[in-house]
Amino acid sequence: MGKVIDMQELDKFFDDEMRIMIGGFLDCGTAETVLAYVNQLDLHSLTIIVNDAGYNYKSKGKFLATADINNIITSHIGTNPDVGAKMNNGEIEIELIPQGTLVEQIRAHGAGLGGILTPTGIGTKAEEGKQIIEVEGEKHILATPIGADIAIIKAWKADKSGNLIYRHSAKNFNPIMAMAADTVIAEAENIVENGELDNNNIMTSNIFVDYLVKSKPEN
Amino acid sequence: MSQTKTKIAQRISKEINDGDVVNLGIGIPTIVCDFIPSDIEVHIHSENGLVGLDKEAAEGFEDKDIINASGKYATIKNTGSFFDSAMSFNIIRGGHLDMTVLGALQVDSKGNIANWMIPGKLVPGMGGAMDLTVGAKKVICAITHQTKKGTSKIKQECNLPLTAAGEVDLIVSELAVMEVSSEGLILKEIAKEVDVNEVIEKTEAELKISENLKQF
Repeated sequence: MGKVIDMQELDKFFDDEMRIMIGGFLDCGTAETVLAYVNQLDLHSLTIIVNDAGYNYKSKGKFLATADINNIITSHIGTNPDVGAKMNNGEIEIELIPQGTLVEQIRAHGAGLGGILTPTGIGTKAEEGKQIIEVEGEKHILATPIGADIAIIKAWKADKSGNLIYRHSAKNFNPIMAMAADTVIAEAENIVENGELDNNNIMTSNIFVDYLVKSKPEN
Repeated sequence: MSQTKTKIAQRISKEINDGDVVNLGIGIPTIVCDFIPSDIEVHIHSENGLVGLDKEAAEGFEDKDIINASGKYATIKNTGSFFDSAMSFNIIRGGHLDMTVLGALQVDSKGNIANWMIPGKLVPGMGGAMDLTVGAKKVICAITHQTKKGTSKIKQECNLPLTAAGEVDLIVSELAVMEVSSEGLILKEIAKEVDVNEVIEKTEAELKISENLKQF
C-alpha cells in the first residue's frame, strides 16, 4: 500500500476527542498544508500536544486559535493572544510544561519508557502534583510518557516509502513526535522515488511514518 | 537600543570566555552577542535546535527553515550544526552549556529567578527557561534595576512564581554587578554614573559590599 495520499483521504483518520501532536517550533517545521485542511474538518473537543502556540494569524497558531480544542499541552503560549484569551475565559485548559521535559515525555512514550526524571522545575509550580524522586541526593520530578492518536509532522524531503529528511532548524519536535503516536502523518515539501535518498541521510525511518502528504507552496 | 540595555549587555559580554557554549535569552541577552570580541570563538546555542547561531538574516536572505528562539530568521556559522529538540535539551540539562543569560521580572538574594508568569495578568509559559536555569553551569540574570514605577526588581525574596530556585550566579543591571553567595548578594561592581548609597537605596535585597568594589 502506498503511503502517499491525497489531502481528502485525511478525513477518515480524524475524529472528535482525539489527542493530536503537532511538530514545529513557532512556524518552523510545522505542517501548514495538513493543518489548514484539518482545521476545516468539523472536529470537536480535541487535545493538542505542541511545543508552543505559534502566531494566531497563521499556520499552527491559527489552527490552535480557531479549532474546537479542550486542552493544550505545551511549553509556551505567549506568542498567541487568542489562545491566551481562551485560557483566561476557560474555553481551553492549558497545561504548561518546561520544554525539555515535554520533549522527553514524548520521547519516553515512543521509546517505551515509564517516564523520565528531571531536576527541571524543582522548587517551582512545575513540581505541583508531580511525584518527586530523589536520585543520588538530588530531587527530580517524575514526568510520565505523553502519546497521541495522531502526530502531524513536517519534513523537507521524503521518499515514497516514508523515509524523512528534515532541513536546518525545522527538525525540532518532528522526529520525536514521529515515534509517539498511533498514526503518523508527515507533510513533505518534496516526495521522491524510493532509492533516491541516501540511506545515510535518513533522519526518521519509514517504519514510523504511516501517510505522506505533499506540501502546497501557499495556503 | 537604550543605553541602559547596552550597558548591561556590554558588561555581561566580559563574562564570556573563548570556547564557551552560551545560550542567550530574549531581550537584553540577545544584544550581548554584539559585544563579544572578535578574537574569541563562542558557540551560541539556540533552544530550537542549533549550535553556532550567527546574526539575524539580512533582508532578502531569510531562510524559512533557520530561525532563532525568538522566531526571527537567523543564520548559522559554517561550523554550526542542527539537531532535534531532545538533543537541544540534552545539551542544556546535561551540563554542556557553560553559560545562559536570561532576562527576568524579579531575581532575589538566594539566586531565585522569576520570569515566566504574573498570576492573573500574564501567563506566557516557561518555554525552555526552567531547563536553562537548572542546566547551565553559570546563570547570569540581565535585568534593569527597577520597574518603570521605580520598584526594585532585585528582591530579598521573589514574590512571583519562580522559574528556578537558587540557580542564578550573577546579576547584572545598569547600576550594579551582584554575585549570589550563600550569605546573600555581594555587590562587586557599581556603574561609573552612581555611588554605592544610590545602589543600596534602589535595591530591595540586602547587599554586602565587596572589599574590592570596582566600577564598570
